[in-house]
Amino acid sequence: MTNFWWIIGGVLFALLNTAAGLIWVERRMLALWQDRYGPNRAGPFGLLVVLADTIKLFFKEDWIPPFADKVVFVFAPAVVMLSVLMSFVVMPFAPQIIVADLNIGLLFFLAMSSLGVYSVVLGGWASNNKYALLGAMRGASQMISYEVFMGLALMGVVVLSGSFNLREIVEAQKTVWFIVPQFIGFLIFLVAGVAETHRLPFDIPEAESELVAGFHSEYSGMKFGMFFIGEYLGITLISGMLVTLYFGGWLGPAFLPPVLWFVIKTFAFIMLFILFRASMPRPRYDQLMEYGWKVLFPLSILNLMVTAAIKLWLNT
Amino acid sequence: MLSLVRSMWLIFLHMFHKRETFQYPEQKAPLPARWRGRIALTRDPDGGERCVGCYLCAAACPVDCISLQATEDDSGRRYPEFFRINFSRCIFCGFCEEACPTYAIQLLPDYEMAEYNRQNLVYEKKDLLIDSEGKYPGYNYYNIAGMAIRGKDKGDAHQEEPPVDVKSLIP
Amino acid sequence: MPIINIDNKTYEVKEGKNLLEACLSLGLNLPYFCWHPALGAVGACRQCAVKVFKDEDDKKGRIIMSCMEPVKDQQRVSIEDSDAKKFREQVIGWLMTNHPHDCAVCDEGGACHLQDMTVMTGHSYRDYHFTKRTYNNQYLGPFLNHEMNRCIQCYRCVRFYKDFAGGKDLDVFAAHNHVYFGRQQEGVLESEFSGNLAEVCPTGVFTDKTLKQHYTRKWDLTSAASVCQGCGLGCNIIAGERYGALRQITNRFNSAVNGYFLCDRGRYGYEFVNSPQRIKTPMVYHGPSELSNGIPVLQHIHRRMKPGKTIGIGSPRASLESNAVLKELVGEENFYLGVSAGDHDLVSLALKVLQQGPVRAASLQEAAAADVVLILGEDLTNTAPMLALSVRQAVRRIPVEEVINTVHVPAWQDAAIREAVQENKGPLYILNVQQTKLDELAKGAWHTAPDNIARIGFGVSHLLSDKMPEVTGMSEQGKAIAAEIAEALKHAKNPLIIAGYGSGSEAVIKSAANVAWALHDLGIDAMLAFTVPECNSMGLEMLGGHRLESAVDRALNNEADTVIILENDLYRRLNQHRAEHFFDKVQDVILLDHLYNPTAEKATIILPAGTFAESDGTLVNNEGRAQRFFQVFSSNTAVQESWRWLLQIAAANGHATLSSLKHLDEVVSHIAVTCPVFHGIDTLTPGAGFRIAGQKVPREPHRYSGRTAMQANIQVSEPKPPEDPDTALSFTMEGYRGEPPSSMIPFFWAPGWNSVQSVNKFQTETGGPLHDGDGGKRLIEPHPNGQTPFYTEVPEPYLPLTEHLLLVPLYHIYGSEELSVHTPGIAERIPAPYIMLHGEDAKRLQVANGHRLHFMDNGHHYTLPVIINNTLQQGAAGIPVGLPGVQIAEAPQLIKV
Repeated sequence: MTNFWWIIGGVLFALLNTAAGLIWVERRMLALWQDRYGPNRAGPFGLLVVLADTIKLFFKEDWIPPFADKVVFVFAPAVVMLSVLMSFVVMPFAPQIIVADLNIGLLFFLAMSSLGVYSVVLGGWASNNKYALLGAMRGASQMISYEVFMGLALMGVVVLSGSFNLREIVEAQKTVWFIVPQFIGFLIFLVAGVAETHRLPFDIPEAESELVAGFHSEYSGMKFGMFFIGEYLGITLISGMLVTLYFGGWLGPAFLPPVLWFVIKTFAFIMLFILFRASMPRPRYDQLMEYGWKVLFPLSILNLMVTAAIKLWLNT
Repeated sequence: MLSLVRSMWLIFLHMFHKRETFQYPEQKAPLPARWRGRIALTRDPDGGERCVGCYLCAAACPVDCISLQATEDDSGRRYPEFFRINFSRCIFCGFCEEACPTYAIQLLPDYEMAEYNRQNLVYEKKDLLIDSEGKYPGYNYYNIAGMAIRGKDKGDAHQEEPPVDVKSLIP
Repeated sequence: MPIINIDNKTYEVKEGKNLLEACLSLGLNLPYFCWHPALGAVGACRQCAVKVFKDEDDKKGRIIMSCMEPVKDQQRVSIEDSDAKKFREQVIGWLMTNHPHDCAVCDEGGACHLQDMTVMTGHSYRDYHFTKRTYNNQYLGPFLNHEMNRCIQCYRCVRFYKDFAGGKDLDVFAAHNHVYFGRQQEGVLESEFSGNLAEVCPTGVFTDKTLKQHYTRKWDLTSAASVCQGCGLGCNIIAGERYGALRQITNRFNSAVNGYFLCDRGRYGYEFVNSPQRIKTPMVYHGPSELSNGIPVLQHIHRRMKPGKTIGIGSPRASLESNAVLKELVGEENFYLGVSAGDHDLVSLALKVLQQGPVRAASLQEAAAADVVLILGEDLTNTAPMLALSVRQAVRRIPVEEVINTVHVPAWQDAAIREAVQENKGPLYILNVQQTKLDELAKGAWHTAPDNIARIGFGVSHLLSDKMPEVTGMSEQGKAIAAEIAEALKHAKNPLIIAGYGSGSEAVIKSAANVAWALHDLGIDAMLAFTVPECNSMGLEMLGGHRLESAVDRALNNEADTVIILENDLYRRLNQHRAEHFFDKVQDVILLDHLYNPTAEKATIILPAGTFAESDGTLVNNEGRAQRFFQVFSSNTAVQESWRWLLQIAAANGHATLSSLKHLDEVVSHIAVTCPVFHGIDTLTPGAGFRIAGQKVPREPHRYSGRTAMQANIQVSEPKPPEDPDTALSFTMEGYRGEPPSSMIPFFWAPGWNSVQSVNKFQTETGGPLHDGDGGKRLIEPHPNGQTPFYTEVPEPYLPLTEHLLLVPLYHIYGSEELSVHTPGIAERIPAPYIMLHGEDAKRLQVANGHRLHFMDNGHHYTLPVIINNTLQQGAAGIPVGLPGVQIAEAPQLIKV
């Protein structure tokens, strides 16, 4: 039992630090790709900028607009944190390091990440601000749309492994990582995952060049901080899921402990997310929807059907 | 689709490029001579104030951060009684320099004028006036203007005839 | 109405105009220099060239000067024609060959007609690279700066100064390209209208010297429509402020009042606003045992205003609002007019004549259109200078009318008309105690004592109307004069009779009224013009109140403990002994004024009142025209309008009707309701709620500079700009940029027209009224079914008495007015105190020029140097009125030497 709490504590500690650290990582990486330095003054390599940012966020005036719906306004940022953190419950970091080894882990992840949309919608709605509301509407439609084929894409993995348990999915990849048979599914999940975290280039709910800051325009202080951290946790989550589902999770040569393999693979995907931000332009809203429904959705159904057919054929 | 991948690759390659950043303050950027930085009031070759208090800089200023009052000495030479620039408002657009008919107001390649107290960004004439002709050496407005001042009577300026003798009858 | 075709568009224009006037009236931009709407056209500058075509088929056309071409029906004109444009550009190019590189140091810059026209013609590069002609400048006195290098030889200055204003000491000298506009020798310009040269000159040859002392560009001035406080004529002015100081007064065109010009007292007498003598903070003098420090000044006043024992003294130099509020605050029975007994008698008589008689008061422009002018006992140049200018126009105009009919030249053909008129002058008759500047224009000018002037006036009216008694015992000369004047008046169409306060004699005013009424009875449309001493003398008299003397009596009877004095120096109104007694007797003197004066020394509470530049208010001029003046700037001290102070006092006292009033509109409509005589003053200008396109009218031009730096030395964060709750004007540059209602035009400016010439754009036609009528409203109209209540008491003839001299008042344009003397330039021109004697009297008294003469008046000793003037009536002694440092003697009166 104590072990269980240690795992929870360890995972929570690691995740929150990762999310905070990503602030620095992202700025440094972006700078690197843009021939700049990024934060390099506070502490070694500018690492203390994380601390400075956190302190700043904590001490900023916690302003609730007088026109806002106060209860919902306060509640909304907590939802994003909660939903993402809850998703990590089923994440197998290593064979033993897993908070809850649910047999429907994948469904739990999908459910939790779907809950995340509430924070966007509620935050935008409660702000009582037209930009925020527009952002929230975009967020809702975007996430609902991409949720659909995200789930469908994952079904390929489920078909191959025959389980919803994430640990079992990882173990099913001992011979070959699912990236090989499920390359299309991987691509769809990657795109959907970026959309799910509304990261660039799919950041249209925030779209600062159009909507000020979208759904969190009115947020400041630590409430904004929660959205902020929620976004980085989301990146970590999607990266982790990508690793778990397609890149064999903790699996790797034995010279490194399994958890380290997981961490390394996850970080590689986090870097990819940052590279997306550094290199891609934001699509228009209608382009995003068109791309989702007219390309990815049929593709994901096709992928599922082909995978299922082959599996059926092989089994018989 | 491929173009996206290509651009990602190109951006990724920038990892290995040289960084463009100047590590200010240890390392300073070389500034061109016509850099629009700190504003100064220059002097003419004789050491007199070039500013004649014509108010054109103030009128040209888009943020209205220049204010002055013209006055004149006993010989009729105009100069500013006070000349104030509120650098906390200045946008360094250089319109004042362009408007100045006497080359008095000039923007210099110097930008290190940050202050902790905004009030210290209000520069008076004593802060603005420098002992230099700035970018336009040799120019002296009064050598071209028709007004008489001390040491330069009517007809003494550049390309001027001696004053008309009103009583002359010679055609 | 002729129809002309300009650049293929047809326009209907007014007949009898020249093409330039027609184009400008239509709002078209056509450059010009020598033409001026008040001066006519001479075709000297060649700037207004346009092309005219014979007919539709004529493609070649010919270039003509539009100012020299009368409009003709079906005329085809082109302004935009490339030849005409090129011609105009070249003309400017030539004019600029010798123009110095001075704009940066030239006071005209930014408000310069030459700059505007150069830009308008498109001449932007200098083709001339040779030497420039230079001139030496002249010292022209304290008002005007001379910079002859800038001259473009348009001749406007001499045409205004000599032909229009009758000046003699400015002329054009030398020849060919050396012509020089100046005086024969350096010296002070003599004309009282010299200041207009700064506006008439299209460039910077003549500029305002007082402006130069605290130079500000036109675009940096916070300006407002105002009314001159210099005399009772109420000329319209624009007052400009910068950095909390009044910087400049310019003319505000009003076709019914001052037209394009101002006198020098009005233009330059503004600097009292910036005087170090200004009262800036409220002050309370505490008695030794009083323990009331620290309470607000209004509480002090409240404590000291005992019911029934508080009296108020109004002022002829305070606004109507202030006087009316004071009257209501202290109650009608406790309100006294703060004017001397003499002034009160004269002004109230003039008011009575205008209100009850059948003859209307002439406006300044109507005066300029009179065909016979009779001046009784006035030295107009000194008592009402702009009226003198109007009289000059009237005298000039009559022969012009005659010439137009014989030589068939239009009136604007200035040079031709002048040639045809030569020295002919219209009929002007002057009767005054001594010679005046207008005498040179007069058909007849005679100098005699005020009573004799009145007798001649009575004599004239007897000759005109048999209802008037014959004046007995007239000398033969008197009879001849009366007959000559009567004969001229009988044949006039709209003669003008001028009298007023200058003679100091009621009989003169009565005789003037008699003459006008007699003419009216003959069916002649006569006009009257009475001069009044101060800017609101007429308004105060219309408001009504008790005589100042009775206030003194009341104080001496211990029936007045507290006196509230409104913008007044009682030492200028009362004999010094009376004033001393008065102040000794009253316990508390509450003074509202803007300058320290002897009365302020007696005050126990002083409240800083705003001058005209810091106040909104209404003045009534000699004609009975109520005009609004607007606050120019908001002082950052405790200074505020007198009426606002009085309203605050009323509120502190819980006054029944005044407590609810706060803003100008409320005060004005309250006055309009409670005083029927002022009915309509609430419609003089749009109220504070007035907006154009939802915006206020800005007092500052859109190029106003320095807003974020002006006060940065005090506090780097800009303060909130002051708000104006009283009017529809704003103190900032934000607001409606188009043309405001004419009564509140803060400055004249139009795109491409930065100089005062932009007034063209505000007029219905050049020289005509402003677009929505001229500001002001006449409150006095002649009695409709006018009885003519002739005055029949003829005064006794004046006979010189040995041992005695008849003291007569002599007024000075510079010096007689209380406030303008605080201006250094005006102060420089104030004459030294003197007593003027006729040569014979001087011989009798054994004095000569410069000797000191001692005399006594009511126990006062006067010692004044003698000036001998043989035009003065024998037995009379002229004494200057109102000069600083001269005690006020009651004149006219007999004194013993």
